[in-house]
Amino acid sequence: MELILFIITALVALGSAFMVITRRSPIASVLFLILTFFCLAVFYVMLGAQFIAAMQIIVYAGAIMVLFLFVLMLLNLRGTQSWEVGNPLRKWLGFAAAGGILLVAATAIKSVGMIGTELDPALGTVESVGRNLFTRFLLPFEIASVLLLGAIIGTVAMVKQKQSESAEEKGGEEQ
Amino acid sequence: MTVGLSWYLWLAAVLFCIGVAGVLTRRNALIIFMSIELMLNAVNLTFVAFSRYLTNIDGQIFVFFVMAVAAAEVAVGLAIIVTIFRHKESVDIDKVNLMKW
Repeated sequence: MELILFIITALVALGSAFMVITRRSPIASVLFLILTFFCLAVFYVMLGAQFIAAMQIIVYAGAIMVLFLFVLMLLNLRGTQSWEVGNPLRKWLGFAAAGGILLVAATAIKSVGMIGTELDPALGTVESVGRNLFTRFLLPFEIASVLLLGAIIGTVAMVKQKQSESAEEKGGEEQ
Repeated sequence: MTVGLSWYLWLAAVLFCIGVAGVLTRRNALIIFMSIELMLNAVNLTFVAFSRYLTNIDGQIFVFFVMAVAAAEVAVGLAIIVTIFRHKESVDIDKVNLMKW
């Protein structure tokens, strides 16, 4: 049963990941990426990481992908879709490099032996993750909040600078 | 036959390589960004798989931090892309060489 679920979800995840990088329209890419993230959430549940699975859906499939869709709708790329007629050499080199990385990963995976297969049901619960997060990993947790604050300030600073420039341009035009 | 650790590692490795191929072959900055998210998620899957088979919670804590960093990275990166689009009217990375020379 677990095997069948794994194979079906893995095929969907790999297929939709491949669609992400091959679709012409960025909107289709975003939708396939959301499908990939849902498949990964299924894997997290199968691995007993319930909290991470919920975070995957809320943060990735929810917040981050909505941000992507929002920017896509904002930019209106329809008139600028001439980006797939590039050098074919780039495509072959790109896939060759990815295959090379897969070879390196394959040698690493082969050296991993079978280790304990007993699923600990208390491992990935909110209680266990939260207890570790707020005791042993309290300092990294606080640093992550500073990082997010920095990201907010950086984003606002970037957009704000642009607005003042356009206001100056507008002022110059009026004069 | 049960699903072992190496199955998840193989899946994550292939997902990561799809992400690498996306970054190297596409020219749309937004799709390159999505490929980076794909690679981050492949690594997250590896972390969670090791966490479950080693019965150690540290991998899942690390995934939590990877998600926080990814959220910050997406916010800043998309702001940069929007700013570049306003300047250049394009998100084609071949046309964006502001810092090349």
